[in-house]
Amino acid sequence: MMAQIQQQEDKVNLGAKKFIMWIFIFTSFMLFAALTSGFIVYSGGSGRGLNITLPVSFRYSTIVLIASSITLFLAARAAKQLNFEKQQQLLWITIALGVAFLILQVYGWYTLAYKMHIYLIDPNATRSFVYVMTFLHLLHIIGGIAWLISALNGSIKRIPQVKNLYRMEMTSIFWHFLDIIWIYLYVFLLLNQ
Amino acid sequence: MSTLSVHDHGVAHHEEGHEHHHDTFLTKYVFSQDHKMIAKQFLITGITMAVIAMLLSILFRIQLAYPDKAFPLLETLLGRFAPEGRLDPEFYLSLVTIHGTIMVFFVLTAGLSGTFSNLLIPLQVGARDMASPFINMLSYWFFLTACVIMLSSFFIQKGPAGPGWTIYPPLSALPTAMKGSGLGMTLWLISMVCFVASSLMGGINYVSTVLNMRTKGMDLWKMPLTIWAFFLTAILGVLSFPVLVAGVVLLIFDRSFGTSFYLSDIVVNGQVMPFEGGSPILFQHLFWFLGHPEVYIVIMPAMGISSEVMSVNSRKPIFGYHAMVYSLIGITVLSFIVWGHHMFITGMNPFLGGVFMITTLIIAVPSAVKTFNWLATLWRGNIRFTPAMLFAIGMVSFFISGGLTGIFLGNAALDINLHDTYFVVAHFHLVMGSAAIFGMLAGVYHWFPKMFGKMMDEKLGYLHFWLTFIGAYLVFFPMHFMGLDGVPRRYYAFTEFASMQRWLSVNMFITWAAIMSACAQVAFLYNFIHSIFWGKKATQNPWQANTLEWTTPVEHIHGNWPGEIPSVYRWPYDYSKPGAEEDYILQTTPLSQTMSSNLPHDFEDNPAGLEALNTWTSTQKANEQVK
Repeated sequence: MMAQIQQQEDKVNLGAKKFIMWIFIFTSFMLFAALTSGFIVYSGGSGRGLNITLPVSFRYSTIVLIASSITLFLAARAAKQLNFEKQQQLLWITIALGVAFLILQVYGWYTLAYKMHIYLIDPNATRSFVYVMTFLHLLHIIGGIAWLISALNGSIKRIPQVKNLYRMEMTSIFWHFLDIIWIYLYVFLLLNQ
Repeated sequence: MSTLSVHDHGVAHHEEGHEHHHDTFLTKYVFSQDHKMIAKQFLITGITMAVIAMLLSILFRIQLAYPDKAFPLLETLLGRFAPEGRLDPEFYLSLVTIHGTIMVFFVLTAGLSGTFSNLLIPLQVGARDMASPFINMLSYWFFLTACVIMLSSFFIQKGPAGPGWTIYPPLSALPTAMKGSGLGMTLWLISMVCFVASSLMGGINYVSTVLNMRTKGMDLWKMPLTIWAFFLTAILGVLSFPVLVAGVVLLIFDRSFGTSFYLSDIVVNGQVMPFEGGSPILFQHLFWFLGHPEVYIVIMPAMGISSEVMSVNSRKPIFGYHAMVYSLIGITVLSFIVWGHHMFITGMNPFLGGVFMITTLIIAVPSAVKTFNWLATLWRGNIRFTPAMLFAIGMVSFFISGGLTGIFLGNAALDINLHDTYFVVAHFHLVMGSAAIFGMLAGVYHWFPKMFGKMMDEKLGYLHFWLTFIGAYLVFFPMHFMGLDGVPRRYYAFTEFASMQRWLSVNMFITWAAIMSACAQVAFLYNFIHSIFWGKKATQNPWQANTLEWTTPVEHIHGNWPGEIPSVYRWPYDYSKPGAEEDYILQTTPLSQTMSSNLPHDFEDNPAGLEALNTWTSTQKANEQVK
């Protein structure tokens, strides 16, 4: 009977922990909301706009990130169906896509700086905002990749299914959120370019 | 009804054994994941930081009272920061900055929320621990790291940060601008990043615990007001601290990478700086979007604690429980749309200023609701003046006298005169400084038996209260008049200005009052430390309170309750209920055990219970008639 209570409490705690991820997402969203509001206040106050075409690689990176969300969704479904090999394969693909996104973003900076001669340091701070926003988003992506690796690691080590699903769910919440945030930032920048 | 789940110590004791883990010193006292230990860690660190910040304030008060005198002792103590026994002007600014930073963030945010949210949320909602004890532990260690980094800035060549606790650029963004903008400022920023991380980890945990881990029967409307206050405070923190992070990140880019978010047209020492196009006002927007909710993060836990303490010690239900909750929610929501009242003189569009003025003044409504409810709770109560009760009443007093001046300052037109004068200093030191610290002290005196299993000495408590209460008024009340006369805050000395020289005598008076109140804290520190080790042993429920934390054993155990977590059947404020045997009924007492004191409205959603009540009353009446 005690064991049963213990188990129930664990379950409740996992629910509370998942909730922690949701609240973290709110905090994270507030960070990016603050940056975009700062952008609006700045450009409204100074009358400066971006006046550049964003690098093409940002468009590709968006596609890559959406694709990674799809593969992660499939991986989570495979985990629920107890198909662990498929789960691991799909997680590998998701991680690869995540890394590809990282590289594409950095390549985007390279294009901005070396091809278009738009640097972080610019009297028009809206352009600096592009770097800061993508940089902070990339930091989150690195965290997301860490979650993906932990989910993959758990699946390879065959941790109990409850925990496996828990890790998959935490990873999914975070990763899909990063996807949505990037789309938000990208659309925001596109509208302001 | 269900006597099964009623908390019963006799039944529960056989299960105590499994709760004892193999604790080493390191896991029990240092890297503890137990919320009660983390609460104590937060409290003791918070008190230490408070003492340090208080001593800093005494240092700059001495400068303000005796601007022309040399104190050789100061040079012995501070070395190059006080050459020839007089405070260095730039060090004076650092003192003001660090005093503000430590008091607002480290004492009244982390020390207050960190201590009491950690202690009371699991205990009062009936949970074994936080949602994530590990993140909770991290939260404390990030906080301690932040403290250490902040204090370490006293030991570097140029001294600590000096641009004020609001760190407005350009002063904070140009490392060469003054001594306090150099390495000290960098350390300040690193420390704050750690602090925000700590604060977010704590806040996220509190919200998740309150929403997910309440015991059976504990619906939101049965939560004590403390929990409501901590919960809403945590929500405020979670939503506003990230915005400060955004502002600080941009500031770091300006400082260290040469961007121009906040900087434009700057000349330092005759040299034109390359910055162009930035807007320092942008920082103020980002800062005050956090900064204003921050003052509610500071005061709301104090409000929650005072509500609880006043209800317990008036032996009366809190007046207007629902109104108390809704006013807290109202303050939470409004706090996000008033930040502009800190920026009336930034050249803001007067229309926008008017909007911010109206939202600011609307905050007076929920604040007044709370104040009147506290007074009505006291009204005709069976008051017990414990030290905690005195501090709770003191909190209300400061909240009223400081809040009234907020109505002046919230006016965009009046603020032009009063901005950055001692009037502002008086206002916020009363309404959020003194009020919040009194709320915190009320909490310390009230929950000391829960934290340490000992009682604090009451006589010393009274001495501490009266000296601090009178001292705080003597310190801050005269400042109103200085401010109305136009004396600006943060100035090193007023001797250069003929019109302000006459305030020197008042400054001396304030300084001596401050020294007296600082000495009064020795009574508290002695009482606190002495009682931890040699205090009278506490009983399980020393204040005869209703809430769940007093159903736990005096000796702390992992998981809080031996055996099952008790269920909750009623709201926490059934004090002096007519017809009850005693003047308090624990939340864990089912209505079926208190037939003589049940009222029809106890059964609003419970027709079966209402019927039982009616049957019971009619049998009682029948019995009476037989007699």
